[in-house]
Amino acid sequence: MLEIKNLHARIAEDGTEIIRGLDLTVKAGEVAAIMGPNGSGKSTLSYILSGREDYEVTEGDILYNGESILELDPSERAAKGIFLAFQYPVEIPGVATMQFLKVALNEQRKYRGEEELSTPDFIRRVKEASARLQINPDMLKRPLNVGFSGGEKKRAEILQMALLEPKLCVLDETDSGLDIDALKIVADGVNALRSPDRAVVVITHYQRLLEYIVPDSVHVLYKGQIIKSGDKSLALDLEANGYADIIDAAA
Amino acid sequence: MAAVQETIDQVALIDVDQYKYGFETKIEMDKAPKGLSEEIIRFISAKKQEPEWMLEWRLEAYRRWLTLEEPTWARVNYPKIDFNDIYYYAAPKSTPGPTSIDDVDPEILKVYEKLGIPLREQEMLAGVKTSRIAVDAVFDSVSVVTTFKEELKKAGVIFMSISEAIREHPDLVRKYLGSVVPTTDNYYATLNSAVFTDGSFVLVPKGVRCPMELSTYFRINEKNTGQFERTLIIAEEGAYVSYLEGCTAPQRDENQLHAAVVELVALDDAEIKYSTVQNWYPGDKNGKGGIYNFVTKRGDCRGKNSKISWTQVETGSAITWKYPSCILRGDGSRGEFYSIAVSNGHQQIDSGTKMIHLGKNTSSRIISKGIAAGVSQNTYRGQVSTHRRAENARNFTQCDSLLIGDKCGAHTVPYIEARNASAQFEHEATTSKISEDQLFYCLQRGIPEEAAIALIVNGFVKEVIQELPMEFAVEAQKLIGISLEGSVG
Repeated sequence: MLEIKNLHARIAEDGTEIIRGLDLTVKAGEVAAIMGPNGSGKSTLSYILSGREDYEVTEGDILYNGESILELDPSERAAKGIFLAFQYPVEIPGVATMQFLKVALNEQRKYRGEEELSTPDFIRRVKEASARLQINPDMLKRPLNVGFSGGEKKRAEILQMALLEPKLCVLDETDSGLDIDALKIVADGVNALRSPDRAVVVITHYQRLLEYIVPDSVHVLYKGQIIKSGDKSLALDLEANGYADIIDAAA
Repeated sequence: MAAVQETIDQVALIDVDQYKYGFETKIEMDKAPKGLSEEIIRFISAKKQEPEWMLEWRLEAYRRWLTLEEPTWARVNYPKIDFNDIYYYAAPKSTPGPTSIDDVDPEILKVYEKLGIPLREQEMLAGVKTSRIAVDAVFDSVSVVTTFKEELKKAGVIFMSISEAIREHPDLVRKYLGSVVPTTDNYYATLNSAVFTDGSFVLVPKGVRCPMELSTYFRINEKNTGQFERTLIIAEEGAYVSYLEGCTAPQRDENQLHAAVVELVALDDAEIKYSTVQNWYPGDKNGKGGIYNFVTKRGDCRGKNSKISWTQVETGSAITWKYPSCILRGDGSRGEFYSIAVSNGHQQIDSGTKMIHLGKNTSSRIISKGIAAGVSQNTYRGQVSTHRRAENARNFTQCDSLLIGDKCGAHTVPYIEARNASAQFEHEATTSKISEDQLFYCLQRGIPEEAAIALIVNGFVKEVIQELPMEFAVEAQKLIGISLEGSVG
């Protein structure tokens, strides 16, 4: 589903190279965890996948279902099924969460040449999805992310993911700022979306989240490269021994 | 950076050139000679078959105007206006005054059709539109038709052009005209008093709730012609009326002058809701052409517990100079001002309100949303004051500005004067930009850039849009989109 080949990328404004020859393959149905110390390029990778223009790809390619997506703008990538759950979801004052969801859903459908959802159909879907995530319907009337608690923001992200039904989900530090109860709810939400035709990339700092979202593969990102890949035991190993040994071995 | 920069470039490119009401219609006009003099005023008065007192009123205003200087305190720049290079009267030859729809020049009807303004009662009754709106259509200097007059008459509501009202209800006009905005008020209001040509007159009698929305639609068509309309709305004791005003003009290289006066009078327990969607031609992308809009709008809450509410959506004009105000004279009266001012290209807006608290227990509320793009300048200027004896006056003011790009400016100039210790005034102001992060977030959810900007901007102005009558709210949202983007128009 996702193939990243020898990717090099830098910050457009000052030319600082962040990703330096990254290779990664994630298959449909797979949950891949990307771990790494601060400053290794984890969040940058999520932005590059979703097409943020602050970064420039200088070499290599990103294939999504076999096609390069480098020329697509972020909204096109989204409509094709790439979803990024933000580490820091952004506030949109005056725009009710419900309204935002509807615009997003229908814009994506429009791009794919599908009919707009009828309002009753839309409301039914939102109700079902929000009930699973224990989201109070009143929250959906409030402007998106404005005054939301950390847990509410993350749940709103997963709600959007559930409704938009993406094929490739990228979760950027979704566990940050969550207490254990909220973490369980969010993880349940993600697990419910696991399916043979959907891939999930979980970017995280800690192994904690991976106890709830159990990955099929774990990749260690350091200085813009994947320096080690393994199964879920790699995450436990990192938790116990830290990154130092792996970094030394790679160097 | 890149995404926002692109937006800015796009907005800069398309901006005001997207004006879709810029067409001109060739209609044979009856015009007064160019320039301003006592002769011209006599000419206008004679054309309108006005009584002698009206002519005297105009001449007095004119003589006063000659002694006045053009005000310069507003944050707007424009070359000096040559008041002798303007036509002060232009009327379609075929339709020199309000008449029945069947007698209106078909060319003029086409204009309104093109603008989407319903003038045929049958069509509206046929159920194309769910709600009915009575329209007074003013074309350059004259009102060409007023709809639903008969039906309104049955309810006791007088709705006609002010020229007709001067002839048919001279005592009423004489009693109220200039009682809110006196002929001596300010430079443009004084000029208007001397040369006003048409506008609407509304009187809703005691205890009557006006059975439909009333509206006036202003169109400047003729070249080099100033439009000086005068509107007078009176709600007697316990009456209610909602009034809408819309306006457009052709696209021209020259600037055109629009100097209107609107007076509202609310007696005891009466309520007037006045909404405007101002969409005069804003000029081209180089700042050439566009309407100079110098307007004096004022409401007098004359009676106890009366209420006047102004809602405006300002997207047009090269220069806007406009401060719809409320004089809260009656005890317990309320004033409201809700405003969205969008400036793009080279537009300059200096707009706001005045809430003058004179009675006891009066309250006012001001919500102003300014959106600046291109190289425009957008200023909110507002005054809130209480008289010494105005016990327990309350005001809440919120002024928010949104900037799109880094070449435009937003300014807030509040004047707050509390002469009574019991006054409670609150003022909040914010200035923000559409952030890179907000835009990227929307894009990542599959919302294309233009739709994302429209969504964010509409969120920003939501509080004000909610105050507009339903039909206008949808229109206003679209208009804001068109003013800020290209493809939508």
